[in-house]
Amino acid sequence: MTHNIYIYILIMAVVSYLIRALPLTLIQRQIKSTFIKSFLYYVPYVTLAVMTFPAIIEATESPISGAVALLAGIIAAWFGASLIKVAAVCCGAVLIIELFLI
Amino acid sequence: MKNRGIKGETKAALLKGMHDGIPIGLGYLAVSFSLGITARNAGLNPFQAFLASLLCNASAGEYAGFTLIAASAPYIEMAIITLITNARYMLMSCALSQRISPETKLRHRFFMSMHVTDELFGIAISQPGYINPYYSYGAALVAAPCWAVGTVLGAIAGSILPLRIVSAFSVALYGMFLAVIIPPARHDRVICGIVLFCFTASAAATYLPALSGLSSGTRTIILTVAISAASAILFPRKQEETAQ
Repeated sequence: MTHNIYIYILIMAVVSYLIRALPLTLIQRQIKSTFIKSFLYYVPYVTLAVMTFPAIIEATESPISGAVALLAGIIAAWFGASLIKVAAVCCGAVLIIELFLI
Repeated sequence: MKNRGIKGETKAALLKGMHDGIPIGLGYLAVSFSLGITARNAGLNPFQAFLASLLCNASAGEYAGFTLIAASAPYIEMAIITLITNARYMLMSCALSQRISPETKLRHRFFMSMHVTDELFGIAISQPGYINPYYSYGAALVAAPCWAVGTVLGAIAGSILPLRIVSAFSVALYGMFLAVIIPPARHDRVICGIVLFCFTASAAATYLPALSGLSSGTRTIILTVAISAASAILFPRKQEETAQ
């Protein structure tokens, strides 16, 4: 059975949009429950932390350069470097380490 | 005079968003480039790859989708997999909904929904107080075209960039994640502990044989719900903190 690629893309687009739009438009009021508020407060930190490690050491050509990038990024962010600087520090770390490794 | 003040604020928010969107856009170029290669291998032409990225704005979700297209999977499976791989955006949208001023018009909520991505959500949520919709628009204005253009370039050119550069670029996104989670972890012991726990749990879920069969999207949503719920029970936040 053949499928139309445009219909696939349409399904992907509609589902991807609704999943974002429904909570954002339906939840208009400020939530009162301390549990839900605390839960939502932690979600961004948890989800970003979960996605960063160990993915960062698998994203690069060598796990060592990924690990160094992680460490360098944490140090830079710890001392308050801006978004773009932390990103640049991570990229630079990989570039330099891989010059020696690969 | 008041009107002018709001206009000035809008412009400032838009410009700040565009500024903060630059590193995200650069990271997107590299990531979507490899996504474009996947799209081409799945049988999409460059225009279709462009369209998919422009409309979906999702990394893991698009990867999964392209794999299904390559396998000529049923449409219903496409809908379910897209739902699962993007489920974390539902959580992010819930969190974001609490940070939009009650005075913000509904149409802004519809437009802001388009660009709830890991990175754009990350920088929006790190803004103090209520989020100005124009901050989100500014960031999306810079970052979203990079995502779509990178996908096209990947679909057309395959591998023109040297491997070294792609490898270096690929950590830019994670650097941005770190810039969002590390500064609060420095000032708040609870967040610091949670971040460390997340790293450990995520590594365990990735490498333990029993769990490693899960896709990364599923893993992310399970860990996010479980750890955030446990944290909310063990360390409930005071009212003024969650309002921030």
